[in-house]
Amino acid sequence: MGILDEIAESLERGEDQEVGALVRRALDERHAPLEVLNQGLVAGMDVVGERFRAREIFLPDVLMAARAMYAGLDLLKPLLAREGVPSAARVVLGSVHGDLHDIGKNLVGIMLRGAGFDVIDLGNDVPAARFVDIAVERGASVIGLSALLTTTMPVMKDVVELVRARGLAGRVRVIVGGAPVSEAWAREIGADAHGYDAANAVERVRALVGARA
Amino acid sequence: MRERVTWTPAEAAPSREAVLALQGIPPRGASPRAEGLLDRALAIHLELAEPRAIVGAITRGEFAEVYRGAGRNAPETPLECIVPRADGLALFAATVGAPLTSRIRALFAENEPALAAMLDSVASAAADRLADLLAARALAEMASGDRVRVLAYSPGYCGWHVSGQGALFAALRPEEIGVTLNASFLMEPLKSVSGVLVTAAPEVHRFAPAFPFCADCRDKPCRARMASRAA
Repeated sequence: MGILDEIAESLERGEDQEVGALVRRALDERHAPLEVLNQGLVAGMDVVGERFRAREIFLPDVLMAARAMYAGLDLLKPLLAREGVPSAARVVLGSVHGDLHDIGKNLVGIMLRGAGFDVIDLGNDVPAARFVDIAVERGASVIGLSALLTTTMPVMKDVVELVRARGLAGRVRVIVGGAPVSEAWAREIGADAHGYDAANAVERVRALVGARA
Repeated sequence: MRERVTWTPAEAAPSREAVLALQGIPPRGASPRAEGLLDRALAIHLELAEPRAIVGAITRGEFAEVYRGAGRNAPETPLECIVPRADGLALFAATVGAPLTSRIRALFAENEPALAAMLDSVASAAADRLADLLAARALAEMASGDRVRVLAYSPGYCGWHVSGQGALFAALRPEEIGVTLNASFLMEPLKSVSGVLVTAAPEVHRFAPAFPFCADCRDKPCRARMASRAA
């Protein structure tokens, strides 16, 4: 088994320290960083994703694999940047103003990072304007909004309207999610997408940016 | 009459099945590593949980005022059918305490997402268990315990608008046990539950899941209970 396959298999088992060591070895063996990323880490996460969708593994296994992904990504990122490899799309994420629930938002952030996206997590209780300000300031192409209370969902509409008012519609896409949030609500407020769980959110964000991260 | 209730963390610990269900894991479906995470999360619960509650009996008339709240409930709700036929009502608020929530956040910050998410599920299951413990306690106090059921109903579910927390908190004053409400009607500590315990004959709690809000409800055990024709 080649070292790239070993990286993928260690990642699938969630062995973060092993993945880090194997990535270092792969680089020492003169494998290109992009090759290690795509044929090692991404290949492993793709298998994890398939097995999760097939219900062979579940959330804890996915999160352990994501952590292993980060262990490898952290080593590769500076090298990829030096080689001019464009980073994946940037996503601004947060729980909307008035809402302190963050587990769902955290899981989405973890899985987006595991999928190679650059995630700016604004935390919880985030005012509508801040989402848009940061997206503009940091060149994000997606804003992800989480709400777990019906009383905080209206802030999502505020964000969508702000994106439009600032002439960003089409350049900055908005995806919404959370227990009380539905596809119908997303359509009603003019959001670009709805993610019904963390894994689905990653797929929807991929579709929004039109790129495989 | 309001009453404080406390439990040890062990008494309030959730079942493994309940936690794994919140993680989307079917019975016997957890990997050995996931089971190991659950062991660690349950150990943290034993270390940090501070389970406590406040309960207060309330008359139907008083509850009607609480339930009316800010007037944002759905037009027709199950509780409007259930409460008039109830034998007893009691408002409650319960919490597993702030330290668990703090530890969950710290674990995410420390790049331990799998353990953080598992601990979050433990804390959520533990909070739900407190409502069950209160219901069991109320049932044990009934002389006719074998002929009634005690079930909990909470703002934010079954057409009872979440803003109803405001009136519930004004009536019950759970700040006394450290549970507060923010402007969005979010309870803090996060892993808290509140609502009304309804003591009634089993058939009183049953209703067809025909309400519009049931269509989007993800609380499947509730829907199964509603549809069940068994006692």
